[in-house]
Amino acid sequence: MNNEMNPQEILCVQNLMKTFSISNKQRRLEKTNQKTKIAVNDLSFTAYKGEIFGLLGPNGAGKTTTLRIISTLLRPDAGDVTVNGMSVKSDPSLIRGQIGFLTSELKLEDCFTPNYLFDFFSNLYGVEPSIRKQRQKTLFKKFGIDKFSEVKIGNLSSGMKQKVSLVISIVHDPDIIIFDEPTNGLDVLTAKVVTDFLLELRELGKSIILSTHIFNLAEKLCDRVGIIIEGKMALCGSLAGITESKPLEDIFFDIYAKTVGENV
Amino acid sequence: MRSNIVTIIKKEFAKFFGDKRLVFTTLLLPGLMIFFMYSVMGDAIKSFASVDDSYVYKVSVSNMPDSVEEDIAALDFDISDTEDFDTVKSDIMDKNTDMLIIFPEDFDVLVTNYDSSDASQIPPNIEIYYNSTSTESANAYSLMLNYLDDYESKLANRFDINNTDKAYNLASDKDMTGEIFSMMLPMLMMIFMFSGCMGIAPESIAGEKERGTIATLLATPMKRRELAIGKIISLSTLALLSGMSSFIGTMLALPQLMGFETEAMNAAVYSAADYVLLLLVILSTILIFISLISVISAFSKTVKEAATSVMPIMIIVMLVGITAMFGDGAPTNTAWYFVPVYNSVQCMIGIFSFSYYPVHIIVTLATNVVFSVAFMYVLTRMFNSEKVMFSI
Repeated sequence: MNNEMNPQEILCVQNLMKTFSISNKQRRLEKTNQKTKIAVNDLSFTAYKGEIFGLLGPNGAGKTTTLRIISTLLRPDAGDVTVNGMSVKSDPSLIRGQIGFLTSELKLEDCFTPNYLFDFFSNLYGVEPSIRKQRQKTLFKKFGIDKFSEVKIGNLSSGMKQKVSLVISIVHDPDIIIFDEPTNGLDVLTAKVVTDFLLELRELGKSIILSTHIFNLAEKLCDRVGIIIEGKMALCGSLAGITESKPLEDIFFDIYAKTVGENV
Repeated sequence: MRSNIVTIIKKEFAKFFGDKRLVFTTLLLPGLMIFFMYSVMGDAIKSFASVDDSYVYKVSVSNMPDSVEEDIAALDFDISDTEDFDTVKSDIMDKNTDMLIIFPEDFDVLVTNYDSSDASQIPPNIEIYYNSTSTESANAYSLMLNYLDDYESKLANRFDINNTDKAYNLASDKDMTGEIFSMMLPMLMMIFMFSGCMGIAPESIAGEKERGTIATLLATPMKRRELAIGKIISLSTLALLSGMSSFIGTMLALPQLMGFETEAMNAAVYSAADYVLLLLVILSTILIFISLISVISAFSKTVKEAATSVMPIMIIVMLVGITAMFGDGAPTNTAWYFVPVYNSVQCMIGIFSFSYYPVHIIVTLATNVVFSVAFMYVLTRMFNSEKVMFSI
């Protein structure tokens, strides 16, 4: 995908900044006098249509915050993000209709069944009833939810819950899928179903932005990657180009040592 | 836009009615509890104050005068003469005897000779010992007191008041019902409505926040305003149903609680128009409660925190409700009806006592709707605020 002559920009992150205030308790724990913490620091990158773009970095690097800003759940302090040409600042509602955002922090209510939730979210995303049934059937079958479609979420295993969440996040068949730590908490079998599905979506021409700290996963899935360290983009480019000489993990350790000044 | 609001309302209803325990504890239990509690309380009060009809009071008398002997015997008293006062007194203390009456010697002569215009004379004194902790003894005492009062007034009778069988109290059943209902129901209604709202709103807003499910809703293209309106409409309807359950339980049990026969006091004295107005006032009050509790719940991180934060408001609502029991009817100055909560209580007093002014009800409804819309706007702003919804 990334070798196309004129790839179409689908996501453009420009000089993104996001700061959070730190509670007094947290300040004492971190032994700092700073009242704010910079989560994302002048971050810029571009993702293109039909590719899987991976945001890599250690815990606390700012990956989730960046994805939340792209998904319009958080607002940037400075800079902007355009998704399919629309700004997260001015058109958040339109963007939400075009993306599917999946993170383990978006939970489903325990008292409802997958069937009910599929209908409920289809209504909120404005999915036509005629398309809805077929889509539900295909997705439920693919992820093995069909047998559990009338079981309440609270009674499902955590892996099945995550599969239902994934299906719910794409009820509207979005062109852009944002996935925060896609395989976190999943067993190897379920993780494979999810990664295969992401590859399948790419084949269908969808664009996927994912965050992960698992380098193997990035090597398996991503066309292009960006390595974030302490809220800044340390390296961004095609996976093939970056890993020409060394495996991705080694590249990361080198960059980390250079940026943070600590050997790993 | 409308379809998203309807989707949210349907979801809230599905969640509520899908939980049988919640339906039972919110809709059925309050009404049933209030009905049984008030009925039992009413019965208990009645049986506490009354004595079995066939009971014969044990009364000891000293120096029984001839003039009253026959009348006193007719009071169902088992009379014995006594001079051993200490023994009788201890029997009264032990609740074995009900009363000791000590007339002065030659009571009739003393009464005849007494001149009330002569300040130097001391009137003859009758001593009656009784035990107020014994229902029988207290009853015997009040029977005796009534009789002696009557006897005393007969001796110097110059005129009578209402001494025929006619019904002189012209208050109708309707007036009596109105008086009791307007005194008791506004406070009870306010408490029932507020508790109904408290049982539903924090769970639906702070609960969804606590469980992370509201974030899933916020990630959809639905507008925050739609979410706020959908939540408030559905929660208000459910709170209204809960309030209705308590209201029906109260209406049915209140006559028994107040010691009235159900025929003399019942809710049928109110017209359909009265009930419609009452329903409108209740609905607007619930709307204001739900929207206020929703704002507080959105601020809170957990259901527990929300419930704690709402408590002071519950106390204020109760205090305002209590004004119905002490005030002198609903105020006539329209300015009072611009004060939320207070206006609802006063409108209910007006409706229950058949003395409301339509303009007061209109001002109350308008005020409550304006406040609710303002709270709804705040709630929308809060759903938009990442600090409130995603406190990281």
